[in-house]
Amino acid sequence: MMTIEQFGRRLRARELTAVRVTEECLRRIEADNPRLNAFILVMADQALQRAREADQELAAGHDRGPLHGVPISIKDLLDCRGVPTTAASRVREGHVADRDAPVIAHLRQAGAVFIGKTNLHEFAFGTTSEDSAFGPVRNPLDPTRSPGGSSGGSAVSVAAGMALATIGTDTGGSIRIPAAACGLVGLKPSLGEVSIEGVVPLSRTLDHVGPLATSVADASLVYHALLGDAHTTPPVPMPIPGLRLAVPRKYFCDLLDDDVRARFEGALERLRIAGAHIDDIEIRHAADIAAVYLHIVLGDSAPYHAATLEAVPEQYTPNVRLRLEMGRYVMAEDYVRALAGRDVLIREVDAAVAQHDALVLPTLPIPAPVLGASSVQIGASTEAVRNVMLRLTQPFNVTGHPAISIPSGRTASGLPCGVQLVGCRMQTDALLKVAVACEPQITDGSQPLSGNVGG
Amino acid sequence: MTIDAWLQAATADAERRGLPELKPLLETLARATTTLRAADFNGHAGGQSSVTSRQSSVDHQSSDSRHQSGDMKS
Repeated sequence: MMTIEQFGRRLRARELTAVRVTEECLRRIEADNPRLNAFILVMADQALQRAREADQELAAGHDRGPLHGVPISIKDLLDCRGVPTTAASRVREGHVADRDAPVIAHLRQAGAVFIGKTNLHEFAFGTTSEDSAFGPVRNPLDPTRSPGGSSGGSAVSVAAGMALATIGTDTGGSIRIPAAACGLVGLKPSLGEVSIEGVVPLSRTLDHVGPLATSVADASLVYHALLGDAHTTPPVPMPIPGLRLAVPRKYFCDLLDDDVRARFEGALERLRIAGAHIDDIEIRHAADIAAVYLHIVLGDSAPYHAATLEAVPEQYTPNVRLRLEMGRYVMAEDYVRALAGRDVLIREVDAAVAQHDALVLPTLPIPAPVLGASSVQIGASTEAVRNVMLRLTQPFNVTGHPAISIPSGRTASGLPCGVQLVGCRMQTDALLKVAVACEPQITDGSQPLSGNVGG
Repeated sequence: MTIDAWLQAATADAERRGLPELKPLLETLARATTTLRAADFNGHAGGQSSVTSRQSSVDHQSSDSRHQSGDMKS
């Protein structure tokens, strides 16, 4: 499999066609989806029809831009007209979207070929993609392990060569976590930049839509298409010498798997050697983040699900049902305290990034966990899988700062790790310029997962 | 409402609704609420203001004076 940039060059050089690459994606889905369970709906006929149209348009001189003819998968949480949006739940049986979400309409206009709707943690309320009405999603590197979540099927679709990029959502890390667990780039734009209309909500104040791809440049192209800017170009890298990065050590580096820590420190060292200046900083209220996040996400999710929790509770997966029920017990005064904490955290992260080009920290404290595990050992500490997986990503859902996860090599057992860069609010493009500059040092030349698996 | 009183009422309500398995999750929420209420950004009518929210909040350190790993839990 290739990047979107490589695909575009070869498409316009007439070395390949959109139909040929779409057929290759469909072949990989047919071969590997029964094992990996990445897709809930494969849109083969529609995809091939759209690919044929893309080839015809290009032959006639109509070029829609970098996503013209690109096979893209969509998390089954976003409305695509004429097909169901299941949210991986039986609760939504019978639903068919009567219109595109605005981001889907933008992608359609940009010439994307929708290959299918991907599996996820039910209602995006989980980090492992195992609680789904359609069964668990499996990590292509080790099918006994989770691909992360909640956009797990999306990540697997790209990692296994079933699509060139994918659209996910991120309420506590659901783009960046599976990106790290599957060796991909995952971008959570700044809060409010990309429309969440037509997306099944988890928390309207924490939800984001964004891309997962095999490079920062590809993520940037898809991000701009989501905004309706189809004719975009990849970000111009900032010079690394003089780049000012900040590591928030306390809390963010306190609880890391040894292999993850080694990959992170290796990336920092390579960035230093390349000329970046790296400070250590502290986000003073970092230890309060999990409590703030929990009250907001639970409080926000409860009203949307209250009626169906009463009427059809058995149609939820058991774990997600209980998590949603928790939200019905959050007291108003504590929700308001969480909002106050959110304001404090926003100001603290604002102050941290204002004096630097980006924060740099690991994405996931652990490699992809084994499916079904509820706890994980980190050194001498036993931790709940869900808490650990959210630990380093949820802060920037709370604060709204843009964040991108970049692959940072593999553990000794071959599982991917990720490094996260965080930029100023409403400055996702500036973050992308930093990210594209840092990408070679962070990845250290390791190849993205896509193309190494999937047949 | 105190957290203890809330937890007792919430657990009883969950049991009444046939959801006894909710108890450990409610206990988790109670711990998070304890953390939230103890945070120094909470103002209250007794006169103490939420000073923290108005203070500069980033403490810089030199590159070679990093924090050692600890077991701080979220």
